[in-house]
Amino acid sequence: MEKFEKFSGIVAAIDRANIDTDAIIPKQYLKSIKRSGFGINLFDNWRYLDPGEPGDDNSKRRLNQDFVLNQAPWDQAQILLGRENFACGSSREHAVWALMDFGFKVVIAPSFADIFYNNSFKNGLLPVALEGEQVDQLFEQLARNSDFRLSIDLEKQRVVNANGLEMHFEIDPFRKHCLLNGLDDIGLTMQHADAIKAFEQQYYDQLPWLK
Amino acid sequence: MSAKTLYDKIWDLHQVRCDDDGTALLYIDRHLVHEVTSPQAFEGLELAQRTLWRKQSILAVPDHNVPTIGLEHGITDPVARLQVETLDANCDKHELTEFKMGDSRQGIVHVIGPEQGATLPGMTVVCGDSHTSTHGAFAALAFGIGTSEVEHVMATQCLIQKKSKNMRVRVEGSVTPGITAKDIVLHIIGQIGTAGGTGYTIEFAGVAITNLSMEGRMTVCNMTIEGGARAGLIACDQTTLDYVNGRPFAPQGSDWGKAVAFWGDLHSDEDAIFDHEVVINACDIAPQVTWGTSPEMVCSIENNIPDPSLEADLVKAGGMSRALEYMGLEANLPFEQVYLDKIFIGSCTNSRIEDLRAAAEIARGHKVAPNVKLALVVPGSQLVKQQAESEGLDSIFTEAGFEWREPGCSMCLAMNADRLEPGERCASTSNRNFEGRQGQGGRTHLVSPAMAAAAAIKGHFVDVREL
Ligand code: SF4
Repeated sequence: MEKFEKFSGIVAAIDRANIDTDAIIPKQYLKSIKRSGFGINLFDNWRYLDPGEPGDDNSKRRLNQDFVLNQAPWDQAQILLGRENFACGSSREHAVWALMDFGFKVVIAPSFADIFYNNSFKNGLLPVALEGEQVDQLFEQLARNSDFRLSIDLEKQRVVNANGLEMHFEIDPFRKHCLLNGLDDIGLTMQHADAIKAFEQQYYDQLPWLK
Repeated sequence: MSAKTLYDKIWDLHQVRCDDDGTALLYIDRHLVHEVTSPQAFEGLELAQRTLWRKQSILAVPDHNVPTIGLEHGITDPVARLQVETLDANCDKHELTEFKMGDSRQGIVHVIGPEQGATLPGMTVVCGDSHTSTHGAFAALAFGIGTSEVEHVMATQCLIQKKSKNMRVRVEGSVTPGITAKDIVLHIIGQIGTAGGTGYTIEFAGVAITNLSMEGRMTVCNMTIEGGARAGLIACDQTTLDYVNGRPFAPQGSDWGKAVAFWGDLHSDEDAIFDHEVVINACDIAPQVTWGTSPEMVCSIENNIPDPSLEADLVKAGGMSRALEYMGLEANLPFEQVYLDKIFIGSCTNSRIEDLRAAAEIARGHKVAPNVKLALVVPGSQLVKQQAESEGLDSIFTEAGFEWREPGCSMCLAMNADRLEPGERCASTSNRNFEGRQGQGGRTHLVSPAMAAAAAIKGHFVDVREL
């Protein structure tokens, strides 16, 4: 996994609560056995006016020009702003892969569904949970300025911009450490292989029917 | 020792180690695997040259992509076929237990786990699928994980986890006749909201819950994720033991006695403290129907479609209006005037034998209404299908004009050919009514199997208690 570096990027907003993972990446694209190539179908049902199937030439499909990610400058956005319970629903990690493949590095929302939140960190996508009022404030600023940018500083746990806006966010220290250093979870857990083996020994003594 | 919740007990039993900040390694007993969320995990293992830690913990099955008709032709969609073939190849290569297409035990992963006794009380159960919460009905800590975590469990038999908070939902008293587990859980979601359980593990308790069969308990735990919680739990009791006893993967002989003794403690201590508690009166629950595009947009069949102009919260009202527009519904319309194009009885929520019996009971001797273009019954597994056929349920359905299909996820998420066309309206026993879930532009109403069967017969929604 790549290290999460401080950056500044364009913010795109979708003003809906409960955006689900079926909306982020519809099921027909889950048939892929790869991790890449999902960006073109991110928010497929909202982004295109005609239905799509895997393998379609997306350049031939009709774009929904009203959808934010089809408009400049947001087609270059790296930060997505959403509402409560972002990415609820299915556990599909494809939702994270699609957001990242499109170019997003950060999602800001008042709350996230648990599985998505977890999946994000495994891939280097940073979910930033802010207070509802702070999120309202970002929506308002964005409405006034289409070239609205934010800088994300994970080290200092801050969201800032050139106009003096500054917001602090909370993040689990372990997850922060892994993101900043680009650490692989499996490698970290493997360092505890002996502890796992010792655990198994006593566990199967106690619960022999599971052995 | 301080009093513990059921969740605390299972957690403590499986905690391998824990850092000061609460980051823990949790040991996983059972890993269920299906074709959609596993290929990238197997690939990741290979790229990193890692091996599987405990092969016998894995039970794999293809379900999401399998066709429910014409099995003899195999999967015709080449992309879907490759995914199922990839699962087969990965399982063969690593010598994992898999119920392939055509196996008499194949079915939806959350139906076959319990059916085989692969889900046992006190276990930790994971699967790359959010409805893994289903298995919590067995007092097992069961939750969905992403593909990276699938790979992590394969490589280490553990997950890096932080403990969630404890919530209890007590459904007190008995439900009235005609009310099913599906109505109970939809009602609960309507009360707590789709994010109400975020950050919690929910234990379901109360007489209305303990009175449920295992099938009903699985329906309730299945939809815990729709209430925002990754895991739902129900204490182990005689009903649990009776269900598990004698199943192929369940402990046998002297092991059975040892296991039962151990499982006797799988309930919350009397004075255990929950971070949050919700109490619901069972007698308040009427048959439920969703009207919008989120499972919390649900109400009783006795009510009319809600009116956004009466909602004080403007963001909420906006969401309601958008949902009604997508659903093609007018505010204040009675449900009896909502006509259906398709009916789907199936999914890991409601495709077990008891669900099929309840639907057949309603369908018996009637005909599917002419405005209903397709009424599908998709059993949860080959074994459920066989059982239903031995009881003659298949002929009740087919004589009434329903189609009797092969097991799989089917129109729950429409990855195979079973789907809604744009604008079509469906009464569905599945668990998600998101936009496009059952096909792009499709409109889903979640209901119980009996309510779905009644809607099929009438052509519109109807209170099943009035039939
Ligand atoms: S039946 Fe539906 S909810 Fe259940 S596992 Fe299959 S797709 Fe998921």
